[in-house]
Amino acid sequence: MTGNALPKDPYNVIITGVGGQGNVLASRILANMLVRKGYAVTIGETFGASQRGGSVMSHLRVSRQGSWSPQIPKGKADVVVALEPTEAVRVLADYGNPDIMIVSNTRPVHSVGVIAGDLEYPPLEQTKKKAEELSARAWFIDATDEALKLGHPILGNVIMLGALAGMSPLPLDMEDFKAVMLTSLSADKLDINVRAFTLGRELVSH
Amino acid sequence: MSELFDGKEGTQHLLMGNEAIARGALEAGVRVAAGYPGTPSSEIIESLARVADKANMYVEWSVNEKVAMEVAAAGSFAELRSLTAMKQNGVNVASDFLLHLAGSGTRGGMVLVPCEDPGALSSINEGESRYFARMMELPLLEPGDFQEVKDMVKWAFELSEELRMLVVLRSVTRLSHASGMVTYGPLPPREATARFRHEGFVLDPQEGVLISAPVGYKHELQQGKIRKAREMFENSPFNTYTGPEKPEVLIITSSACTLYSKEAVHLLGLKDRVGILKLGTTWPLPVNLLTRYLSLTDTIFIVEEVIPFMEENIKVIAAERAAEIGIKKFYGKNDGTLPMVGELNPDFVIGALCKILNIEYKARPDEYTQAAQNIPFTGEAPHRELTFCPGCPHRASFWSIHNALELDGRKGFVCGDIGCYAMAMLPTGFSVVKTVHAMGSGSGIASGFGKLGQFHFDQPIVAVCGDSTFFHTAIPALINARHHKADFTLVILDNSGTAMTGFQPHPGLDVNALGDTVPSIDIADVCRSMGARVEVRDPFDLEETRKVLNELMEDEEGLKVLILRQICTLSPEKKAGKKYEMSINEEICIGENCGCNRLCTRIFRCPGLVWDTERQVTKLDEVICIGCGVCADICPAGAIQRKEAGIS
Ligand code: SF4
Ligand code: SF4
Repeated sequence: MTGNALPKDPYNVIITGVGGQGNVLASRILANMLVRKGYAVTIGETFGASQRGGSVMSHLRVSRQGSWSPQIPKGKADVVVALEPTEAVRVLADYGNPDIMIVSNTRPVHSVGVIAGDLEYPPLEQTKKKAEELSARAWFIDATDEALKLGHPILGNVIMLGALAGMSPLPLDMEDFKAVMLTSLSADKLDINVRAFTLGRELVSH
Repeated sequence: MSELFDGKEGTQHLLMGNEAIARGALEAGVRVAAGYPGTPSSEIIESLARVADKANMYVEWSVNEKVAMEVAAAGSFAELRSLTAMKQNGVNVASDFLLHLAGSGTRGGMVLVPCEDPGALSSINEGESRYFARMMELPLLEPGDFQEVKDMVKWAFELSEELRMLVVLRSVTRLSHASGMVTYGPLPPREATARFRHEGFVLDPQEGVLISAPVGYKHELQQGKIRKAREMFENSPFNTYTGPEKPEVLIITSSACTLYSKEAVHLLGLKDRVGILKLGTTWPLPVNLLTRYLSLTDTIFIVEEVIPFMEENIKVIAAERAAEIGIKKFYGKNDGTLPMVGELNPDFVIGALCKILNIEYKARPDEYTQAAQNIPFTGEAPHRELTFCPGCPHRASFWSIHNALELDGRKGFVCGDIGCYAMAMLPTGFSVVKTVHAMGSGSGIASGFGKLGQFHFDQPIVAVCGDSTFFHTAIPALINARHHKADFTLVILDNSGTAMTGFQPHPGLDVNALGDTVPSIDIADVCRSMGARVEVRDPFDLEETRKVLNELMEDEEGLKVLILRQICTLSPEKKAGKKYEMSINEEICIGENCGCNRLCTRIFRCPGLVWDTERQVTKLDEVICIGCGVCADICPAGAIQRKEAGIS
């Protein structure tokens, strides 16, 4: 247990994406890394029907003091991790504020409305512009494409977590990452995950 | 996951509410647990099943909630501690037995955990089981955070044993499916012996028979127990007050709303003006305790989900004690301070407190709100409709059902029920499902429609149910239909598990909750034994499925059953590898000009196929496509192509 101070208590993280992208798993890994640092974490997540194509969000409250509401109050998110770009800006409608930081994957997941041609999917440039306008800082990284190069698209989530470690004040150490991953992974898969995490950190370090 | 069992006393863990419930039960030495899967309750039984061996427990997924409660009751009758868990609807299913159990009493501690879903986040109702506690005269507990979830479960068993009656512990989605910190307590020894004593004096609660009669005697006994519960609740450590000695406003709350209230008071900086009385025991209410706290101020604000259960019960106490405590101004649901539907959150409580105290609060600058709030409506973030998973057998099944109904041309329709396939009300299932109610109700309603012939009803009726639902409640409806010669076609969407809640096994499979090999019950055999005409097909064979459906619809006599068998795409076996490598031949795909109205993307709508607006062709998203191969049969031009994949 270290005395890492948070810029705010509770410190509020939103992980957002589309059903099936592994949002829940990512929030678990992140939370358990923070628990290892001695923080009390509360996670609120929506799953069930939302596993299938809908928007999914996890709310993490990181605190020294104990349990907070599993839903972040409106306008009070500190960091957004978006596994899909339009989900990054969707979150801002309710939870954004001028100080928010965003890290987003660039790979789109088209909703059925878009696939059917009933709705239009905005160009990435537009999404980026909106995100930058409504945040203190926004990073967009090609997490899925990089993950495909590493061999599996699901590694995109680990790349995103690595990026969060690189851009947020949360104490997210490699040691904790390894320890948490080893509770659910076989040791031979650890290496590729460590590479993904490191890559994520590098992608935001400029 | 075995951390749930192996974690040492005194250590802190991040647990999902449902895991905390399971841990609490383990610390209480629970021996029997039974339930029926339903979001948000499923992880309770699942977690217990995982450690059943180590903990020396019997755990099962029962065929439905009534049976689950009966199985758990047997454990209690044999002097073991037992638990049953279900979602809110389940309590309705079990309620017939529940009423009798409330009268007969219990022996080993027995706890019912209903997990409710305010806001219907993964339900199609936001029903409340709190009223059952009142109606059946049972004690009701509601934990307010994660540590309490665990501690209260343990206490619930003790309470049940002391009172010899079932205790209800209500959770909600935002506790059950949220996670927080929990400090472990010790686990009891493994040994346990079950024994049902039934040879004593008939009225002996520990050695006689278990029955709710003689009714007058037993009912009075039960009410005596409830009175005793009320006395115990007066001093319960789970009813806590935080705030000033003389608050301007007293919030009375329970469950997840405790966290919302705490957050609101914190954000508004009201900790010197507003007090929070958090009740852990919400039926029967501790009258003296409430009298004491109601005396602190005249402004009372009650925060709860969904209907004003506490509010109305507290008002009764306030009326009875008015001479002592004076006249109160109540804020809550009845006066519209809080909405009467949907789940609450910190913002609802913030808004209400601002109104009550006439203060202002801004979460962020107005300019920001103006720029951000319309994002979901301006095309910045296109709406995401729910859809079947890529490769879901239901998409294929409903495609064929839709086409068969169109071809038939008599305005036929589908009566549905609960499962992923309820989404076939939406375009993802071609909007063919027209009624959705309780589990098994599609078949029961179809049985009713099927008897309307004498009133010139001539639309073909199709009912759908899942494999788990078939066992849960479709069987009696089918028996009814067959016996009364109702005419309809039941399509059983058999995807080998309770997919919607995470693949819990059911009697159609040869495995149980504990992973043991067990006898399976064949759905086709069951239907045949009733005398139904039964066909079995693979829904991925679109043409054959459509054909046999049309044939069954034309066969107007009686009950026909079509079993469409194909494993859920999310099942572990399916996820292992792609069956087909898919590709789009862009030369052949002529998009809008094909005359097919872009059947693949506009109508069939598997998320694995995306429309390339620039090049005006269909594209394959290889991250999303799971290679089921079905869409190859959709494209009339043959542009979507499949190739047997080398199994990875
Ligand atoms: S979970 Fe299974 S049954 Fe449900 S939508 Fe997905 S593939 Fe279909
Ligand atoms: S093969 Fe076709 S229908 Fe099956 S998942 Fe892929 S895109 Fe969807």
